Amino acid sequence: MKIVVCLKQVPDTTEVKLDPVKGTLIREGVPSIMNPDDKAGLEAALRIKDENGAEVIAVSMGPAQAEDVLREAMAMGADQGILITDRAFGGADTWATSSTIAAAISKIDYDLIIAGRQAIDGDTAQVGPQIAEHLGLANISYAEDVKLEGDSIVVKRQYEDRTHTIKAKLPCLITALSELNEPRYMTPGGIFDAYREQDITVWGLKDIPVDEANIGLNGSPTRVVKSFPKSLKAAGMMIEDTVEKEVEFLMDKLKEKFVL
Amino acid sequence: MDLKEYKGVFVFVQQVDNEITNVSYELIGKGKELAEDLGTKVSAVLLGHNVKDLADKLAVRGAAEVIIVDDPALETYMTEPYTQAMHEVIEQHKPEIVLYGATAIGRDLAPRVSARVHTGLTADCTKLEIDEDTKDLKMTRPAFGGNIMATIVCSEHRPQMATVRPGVMIKADAVPDAKAKIIECRVDFDKNDKYVEIVDIAKTVASKVDIQDAKILVSGGRGVGTPENFSILQDLADALGGQLSGSRASVDSGWLDKDLQVGQTGKTVRPGVYFAIGISGAIQHLAGMEESDFIIAINKDNTAPIFNIADVGLVGDLNEIVPALTEAIKKEREANK
Repeated sequence: MKIVVCLKQVPDTTEVKLDPVKGTLIREGVPSIMNPDDKAGLEAALRIKDENGAEVIAVSMGPAQAEDVLREAMAMGADQGILITDRAFGGADTWATSSTIAAAISKIDYDLIIAGRQAIDGDTAQVGPQIAEHLGLANISYAEDVKLEGDSIVVKRQYEDRTHTIKAKLPCLITALSELNEPRYMTPGGIFDAYREQDITVWGLKDIPVDEANIGLNGSPTRVVKSFPKSLKAAGMMIEDTVEKEVEFLMDKLKEKFVL
Repeated sequence: MDLKEYKGVFVFVQQVDNEITNVSYELIGKGKELAEDLGTKVSAVLLGHNVKDLADKLAVRGAAEVIIVDDPALETYMTEPYTQAMHEVIEQHKPEIVLYGATAIGRDLAPRVSARVHTGLTADCTKLEIDEDTKDLKMTRPAFGGNIMATIVCSEHRPQMATVRPGVMIKADAVPDAKAKIIECRVDFDKNDKYVEIVDIAKTVASKVDIQDAKILVSGGRGVGTPENFSILQDLADALGGQLSGSRASVDSGWLDKDLQVGQTGKTVRPGVYFAIGISGAIQHLAGMEESDFIIAINKDNTAPIFNIADVGLVGDLNEIVPALTEAIKKEREANK
């Protein structure tokens, strides 16, 4: 059985700070990490490998340094890493990104594709379902539990107030929630092999069967026309006094606002 | 693609167990505004089984037209039959805009439809407006974990599609006797390889209250310190007739249920009064509550970013301030009886 896992290298957005004066993003020193939902997807694939035996192929689209997340995946136990990279792929929105990744995956003889639900830098949750659509596969989003059952996969799919347990015949695509599991650490031997012994396969535009009209900025139906820092409203009153004085002050405010 | 062929604003109506999800009404309200700016009308697209009775409710909230696909295949949400139905509705009626709630259903269905129709999709929008010159839909959303905002257009493909965060748009006032034009749309559901089987459905939360409906929220964060301390926040909420909620830290620590979480990865709320207690004010939290009318922050750290957006900030120990405040409110209520 072959499992393709889609990984994205993302800036750790919890480490991003705003310049308090200019209101702009301070990007310097923000570490790059494997996207958390994707990491849970990788762990799910590795558990299937541990229990049933499988070949796990990690795939990432991005600039050359995205190789790092593939090495990390291999150090955790993935068998192969494929980097999809080409200047022609740059500036892609979710539609063009998914069409590129789907074309690359179509070259692999897969049984199951696992992606993360969403990436923390974009939060769109679109690329997984869109890859499935481009490949003509069923997708099950928001997986919080995954079990292999013969030639099917059984997934507990999360909604706001319920779960559906869904059974789908392979091949299909699932998107993983980070609640799915606790990803393992890289092993020292794995790190050694991943960085010293194993090669990353690199695929560019000429290596994958995709129409140039469906990639990169030009293949993207959407375009960002403006980006700007969030405007926060002006600060109100802040007091630092005795508990009695503070409570009294707030009580007056609550009365003014007709809360009381 | 002849863009001029595409007319009208469509809203995907989410129903679960034949009950319409609130965000659908919010989108009809917004869709109506956009339609007015475009000189067109807003249509609700209602998918399900035995759902025809729901059409009047959509009319009351502003839908001029309700397009219904009523079929047993649509009884419970599944990606493929719903995608087939939306795809068919879009092919037949050619709307210029389609809006979906950014829910666990909308965020699965909309990308699938966008790939099938070959059009763009902007996720989790918080603002939608029509460009005065081009008449394109300008879709604004938080990006980078809520740190910046981006405005996105889809000028050469139709329909222009967006998912919209629940709780951000405002429902139109109810017009009690309003009726909408009903259009039934037939779809042939051919079972293909993309169909899956639902083997079990389990309700996860017997959610008593939706924090998005609360007028007063008392929200706690990491600074509350222990699950027991949440009882003093609950007392305050009870005294005010409000609801308890919290930041991601308090949910991740297991102190509160996930459905009570406010913020970028939780819910967007805009109550009349929002208490942020022991919440430092990470940008991800602010993204979910900054639209509240009146924000009160209680924190021992006077440099906490929450004070930058609070209308009233009290610096001090929440364990002293909160019980004292609860007592004062009870006394006040007693005196006014």
